[in-house]
Amino acid sequence: MTEQVLRVQSFEKSFGGLRAIEALDFTVAAGQIKSFIGPNGAGKTTLFNLVTGILPPTAGTFEFAGRTLNGLKPHAIARLGISRTFQNLELFGNMTALENVMLGRHSRTAAGIFSAGLRLPGMRREERQIKEKALEELRFMGLENKAMMGATSLPLGEQKLLEIARALATQPKLLLLDEPAAGLNMRETVKLSETILRIRERGITVMLVEHDMSLVMEISDEVLVLNYGRKIAEGRPKEIQRHPDVIAAYLGEETQNA
Amino acid sequence: MRKSDYYPILLMALAVILFPLLAGGNGYFISLLVFMGINGLISMGLSLLMGYAGQISLGHAAFYGIGAYSSGILTTKYSFHPVGAFFIGILFSALIAFLVGKPTLRLKGHYMAVATLGFGEILFIVFNELSPLTGGPSGLSGIPPLTFFGHPLEGAAYFYLVWGFVIFLLLFSLNVINSRVGRALRAVHGSELAANAMGVDASRYKVQVFVLSAIYASMAGSLYAHFVTFISPNSFSLMFSILLLMMVVVGGTETIWGALLGATVLTLLPEYLRGLEDFEVLAYGAILMGVLLFMPRGILQGIRGLLGKRGEVGVPSP
Amino acid sequence: MTLASQLIQYLFTGLTLGSIYALVALGFTMIYNATGIINLAQGEFVMLGGLIMVFCTMILKLPLFLGFVLTIIGVTLVGILFERLAIHPLKNASLITLIMITLAGSILFRGVAMFLWGKDPYALPPFSGSRPVHFLGATIQLQIFWILAITLLAVLGIGFFFNRTLAGKAMIACAFNPLAAGLVGINVRRMVLFSFGLSAGVGAIAGAIITPITLMEYDRGPLLGLKGFAAAVLGGLGSGVGSIVAGFIIGILESMGAGLISSGYKDAIALVVLLMILWVKPSGLFGSAEESELKKF
Repeated sequence: MTEQVLRVQSFEKSFGGLRAIEALDFTVAAGQIKSFIGPNGAGKTTLFNLVTGILPPTAGTFEFAGRTLNGLKPHAIARLGISRTFQNLELFGNMTALENVMLGRHSRTAAGIFSAGLRLPGMRREERQIKEKALEELRFMGLENKAMMGATSLPLGEQKLLEIARALATQPKLLLLDEPAAGLNMRETVKLSETILRIRERGITVMLVEHDMSLVMEISDEVLVLNYGRKIAEGRPKEIQRHPDVIAAYLGEETQNA
Repeated sequence: MRKSDYYPILLMALAVILFPLLAGGNGYFISLLVFMGINGLISMGLSLLMGYAGQISLGHAAFYGIGAYSSGILTTKYSFHPVGAFFIGILFSALIAFLVGKPTLRLKGHYMAVATLGFGEILFIVFNELSPLTGGPSGLSGIPPLTFFGHPLEGAAYFYLVWGFVIFLLLFSLNVINSRVGRALRAVHGSELAANAMGVDASRYKVQVFVLSAIYASMAGSLYAHFVTFISPNSFSLMFSILLLMMVVVGGTETIWGALLGATVLTLLPEYLRGLEDFEVLAYGAILMGVLLFMPRGILQGIRGLLGKRGEVGVPSP
Repeated sequence: MTLASQLIQYLFTGLTLGSIYALVALGFTMIYNATGIINLAQGEFVMLGGLIMVFCTMILKLPLFLGFVLTIIGVTLVGILFERLAIHPLKNASLITLIMITLAGSILFRGVAMFLWGKDPYALPPFSGSRPVHFLGATIQLQIFWILAITLLAVLGIGFFFNRTLAGKAMIACAFNPLAAGLVGINVRRMVLFSFGLSAGVGAIAGAIITPITLMEYDRGPLLGLKGFAAAVLGGLGSGVGSIVAGFIIGILESMGAGLISSGYKDAIALVVLLMILWVKPSGLFGSAEESELKKF
């Protein structure tokens, strides 16, 4: 049996009276690329916020590599091996591209204030390693020439890639990409899909929230469709494309009345 | 420490070594420079907290006071050795900073500012009211000067001591800034959300840098106490907390150099303003407003702009 | 004096202080509601109110009522000028800058006051003579009733403004969503300006009515402001009713504490309350936790 990387059971998230997520169950298998699609407001980003610990679920549990994550803070979950990018880019505008990615190495390194302040040999060695690994990730994303530039001075497409590089630097087992193709042109989107496949080749499992259907259908192993916070379909891309409930959800009642 | 910091530090060290020789026996100038150094210590700590980690403290005079009173009380009333008192002051400051910092740094923006303001005021009241210990409003006198193998440290010797501290802590701070910890702090400033998502325990780091800045202030306080040998609560009032804030903001929050520059300028300023008497507070307010409205990135960035240098990478204005 | 009459004494002192804190808190709340920022110069509006009132009645020898009105107008103008010259140009600045500009404003006002009036405290004659009233063994100054009455009027007036007039509701809309407010035709700039003017006016009222009892000097502002802010937060920033109630709670706590426990630490009482509230329930008594999460600052 393939290893289950993430298991979500009976997830529910309410904001006051609003049910953003309801009765959600799913698993993500190791090495999968699993996409989450659905009309706007379906709860996809909320799901990501739940899985990364930014919001607590109102009900339900979620396990990562066999370990329950309920109640853990975001930084603890990141430490365990889940990393992410953000729909509305959250780069550190006050640092260079390289420093952004180096920050990704934080949870895999240990130097504290004193060894940093006194520049002890252990710390210096660690810094060199951090820099090397960060440069590696920048190279992986094709951004090595932009290392010393201010992170937010890069064009949007490269900023999105930079966020991925930063997330990769955390050495995740599971990577959550929140609308990575938003704002990208055709050429950039093609490059993105190649990149995601290369990420999978590294043994990283990917969860993807996306609106770009061609991207989703092309690279996903499985697709889960959300509507109004509920799962309405789950399966291989071809099945989802033909699924009547999915079509109805996206096109609304017009098709039924047509 | 980045390569770009290497020469300024060397220059500064040179200036520090030469200054007392150039100042001749002028005790007034040397005193002024000692105060500049002491203020520089506090403002460097504040710069780490505000400029790099993006937090705020409107009550830092409290930690300065804790250091000063710890050194003062322990050496006068309990015959502690100054070095012992120095470290106990640091311990005290660190402990209080930790206890106050934990709940306060969770707060957002304005709430954090006012909480630190309230904390500073409470401590000011405590300094005034604990008369048996602190001497109350009339202050604490007779603080022994520091000695080095029996020789009292005064004048130029004290200048070297204080600025030795400044240079050491400057190097320490620069090292921290350009390290894993420094990146974590700057990340928290840039986007606390993303910092947490990348594995940085933002709350923990915010408290850590708050404690660190309190330690810097405490050290400054101890050095202050042994220099002036008489301390009173008025030196640790709200106005001083605001002055400290001004040092960081006026100098420039983007780099620690800004804080040092601010400390230098704003230590000299009261000397000039004292002559103005009635205008003093007015001038402070006007200067602060002027800088905020017209030079929001601080004097340092203003100077760099004039020299045609590019500013630091993408740092948001204060 | 028996304990009972002492307590009554403290109660009335507490109500007096509470009125002032309530008005200051109201000032904070109004600016916060319209702009989302905390005006650290709020206490200075009170100080200016007191000192300008002294100037009008003692130097210019104007009749009380005229002096009162002129004082309010004067300080309101100061508030408006402050918003135009210092706040508005920085509307897109960072939090630290905004905090510092109100701080700078407070220093500037203090400096002007020090320049014009020096450091000495000034007194005002009580509004209707200095014969105190005796009530259950306690000696109560008549001025206290003036304070309570005027506070009540001010509170009712402002409550009416916010709940019944279009302008008032428009102001509240601005804080929640300036963009949306602007799109429905509310002149956000004017609302912000208005809120500063109103807060300054309210502060002036507080200063004018309290000076006969507590005197007024140039640097009374910061502590008053802090305590008023404590009341604003205790009541729930954004809640006018909360500000009033909390103001009185803090006033009475402080008075009781000063009388029964220690007068040296009395100022610390309000501050400790402030810290406790901020640390435990920043949304205060009448605010909702969710709502305070949504506020910009």
